Amino acid sequence: MTITVSGTAGKSVRRGRALNDPRLRSVVYQIIILAVVVGVGWFLISTMLHNRAASGIAVGYDFLNGPANIRLSDDSLISYVPSDTWIRALEVGVLNTLVVSVLGIVLATILGIVIGVARLSGNWLVAKLAAVYVDVLRNIPLPIQLLLWIGLIRFAPPPKEAITLLPDVFISNKGLRVPAVQSDPIFLWVGIALLIGLAIAWGIGRWARARQAATGQPFPSFWTGLAVVVALPVAVWLAGGAPVVLELPQLGRFDFTGGWTRSPEFAAVLIGLSVYTAAFIAEIVRGGILAVSHGQTEAARALGLHSGITLRKIILPQALRTILPPLTSQYLNLTKNSSLSVFVGYFDLVLVGNTMGNQTGRWVEAISIYMAIYLTISLTISIAMNIYNRRMALRER
Amino acid sequence: MSDGRSLTGPFVAGAEIPAQPPPANAIGPIAWLRRNLFSTWYNVILTLLIVYLAYRLLPPLISWAFIDPVWGPATPDQPAREVVEACRAAAGACWAFIGEKYRLIFFGLYPYGEEWRPVLAMIMMVGVVVISTMRRFWSRWLIWAWVAVIVGSVSLMYGAIPLGFVDIRIPGLSLVETVKWGGLPLTIGLSMVGLAVAFPFGILLALGRASAMPVARVLSVTYIEMIRGVPLITVLFMSSYLFPLFLPTGWNFNGLLRTQIAIILFSAAYLAEVVRGGLQALPKGQFEAADSLGLGYWQKQRLIILPQAIRVSIPALVNSFIGVFMDTTLITTVSMYDILQGARAGLADAIWGPYYKEAYVFVALIFFVFCFSMSRYSQYLEKYLNIGTRRR
Repeated sequence: MTITVSGTAGKSVRRGRALNDPRLRSVVYQIIILAVVVGVGWFLISTMLHNRAASGIAVGYDFLNGPANIRLSDDSLISYVPSDTWIRALEVGVLNTLVVSVLGIVLATILGIVIGVARLSGNWLVAKLAAVYVDVLRNIPLPIQLLLWIGLIRFAPPPKEAITLLPDVFISNKGLRVPAVQSDPIFLWVGIALLIGLAIAWGIGRWARARQAATGQPFPSFWTGLAVVVALPVAVWLAGGAPVVLELPQLGRFDFTGGWTRSPEFAAVLIGLSVYTAAFIAEIVRGGILAVSHGQTEAARALGLHSGITLRKIILPQALRTILPPLTSQYLNLTKNSSLSVFVGYFDLVLVGNTMGNQTGRWVEAISIYMAIYLTISLTISIAMNIYNRRMALRER
Repeated sequence: MSDGRSLTGPFVAGAEIPAQPPPANAIGPIAWLRRNLFSTWYNVILTLLIVYLAYRLLPPLISWAFIDPVWGPATPDQPAREVVEACRAAAGACWAFIGEKYRLIFFGLYPYGEEWRPVLAMIMMVGVVVISTMRRFWSRWLIWAWVAVIVGSVSLMYGAIPLGFVDIRIPGLSLVETVKWGGLPLTIGLSMVGLAVAFPFGILLALGRASAMPVARVLSVTYIEMIRGVPLITVLFMSSYLFPLFLPTGWNFNGLLRTQIAIILFSAAYLAEVVRGGLQALPKGQFEAADSLGLGYWQKQRLIILPQAIRVSIPALVNSFIGVFMDTTLITTVSMYDILQGARAGLADAIWGPYYKEAYVFVALIFFVFCFSMSRYSQYLEKYLNIGTRRR
């Protein structure tokens, strides 16, 4: 039996149905949202273009090819003189950001692991000391810490009474002095040898794992791999006549000569970032180790594995699974926090960009450039992390 | 008995043997030391090393901070130059700096004689935060308390109730422009207003990210990832240099509001991720149960989903608040006069310049007191909120 509805009543029923159709409503809502966002965006951008045109500087990036005429501190890895272009100045900024971030990540990781393990130590003093470190460093804003560090370094003793941090690493009010690697053509080959060594070690690891899975025969792949990675470059270096690798800083009349120098600003940012981030990494490491349930250790012992294997094959892989995602986000935070260099005057990406904005009045260009670069760095790392997470995810039953 | 032996008595002891005391090396301070400080050879070395370092480092530190410092002017009307001379001669810290510049650090450039207004505003703001930490007061009423305190403090500091384009003057109070605001009230106020406004915005973003509508989802994800991909300082520079450019002339608003907007835009993205964590922690059954009751989308979110999701994420929310609070120190880079800028302005006074350690240690101490207590509260909360849901 069919019901035929005709006339105005039928229309209103259909209209009512259309109003209540969730799919149709969702489409309408989305069109409205999109229209509002596009409209507001168009309004803002057209206003900006209009305002800039009215002030006589049209928006565009051509000016980047013009001379910068600003002085940057001599931290840069690449040569820079004030008559270079803005592009060159920005390159210096990006490199400075990357150098301080990468070194900071390495130092923070080492320090963080040490403190994280120390917090779990059976030694009451060690554990308490590590806990105090974490609580103090995490609860003081980073800018204040950076300002304290730069103050301590600027008011540090002159080179004559420089503080020796490590053998041949000095800190004075002129900044940081470390042994420099001397350039020699042989180092290119040493680098290539290192890469080949790494590839071979990776191959050995794969082969050993496959063999152990097939036959149960273990193979000391870590030590063989390490031996290959160390031995190959050393062999190449020796074959090349073993040139002296390090140029050590020597104390002259007023300052050190020789070695690699870094400005007080660089030293402050590097120390501040690593010491601060280490506190967060320590908590992550501690949490990761605690997250592996004790039953895992007991099960491994019940299988007759000794403690070294238990740590390497049972606990660490599981701890790493929980440690790595927050650890990467700490690395990202450290990279983003390097923008606080503005407080101490280290010419990182943001400070170069701001100087550019001040000098040329082109703030739209300057800010869009450094935001885009930061976004690229962050998104690259988080995409890599997502891929890694998907591969490492637990395959549950 | 078959083997011929007979029992002469029961095997049960007639008298209770008193418990032996534990061996001397298992209890008491000696045992504690052995267990916790000298259990293995490397722990012995570590302990001795730490004790030696403490012996070398602590006494100089204590005498610098507590025994040798110049606490203030010798006589109330001693000129600053002479106080600095005394500081230069003393071996310890120059806490006189704090005495000389505390007004700058705590109140910025706020007019003399009106300090009671920022003090009262600060008391109100800290009060409402303290009340919010007590489980007893968690209710709808608390939201209105926050709104009232924020409006009240701003009006008190400003000397008028700002209503967009019109101000209602409060009789008896002079008008103090926002460029003169500064110090601790600014730090507290920016982070409280930042959290209060960013929170609803963050909830909307989190719902958008979990939404079935592709447009809402893509827009929310883009916004969240873009903000989280850049440092706060770049958002602050954007707000202070670009906002005026992106708005028609005449629509401009003052620097404080611009900074506040930057903080809100920034923290909303992070709060959205916190709320998303709460949404993901909910079992799917809750969504299905709400649907089967015939609730609409907003009813479902308001009555079933959000109350549970937010409850789960409260500890993370407190941590976000600590983050926002510490991040407010960055506003000095866009020439706002917060507590850190107050200290730096004090140091800019040439004769006080060398006493940066005293200045920053003092500001660091203030932040530490606030942040440490909040983080302890968040840890307590995590345990407390888990009581009902823990299955163990």
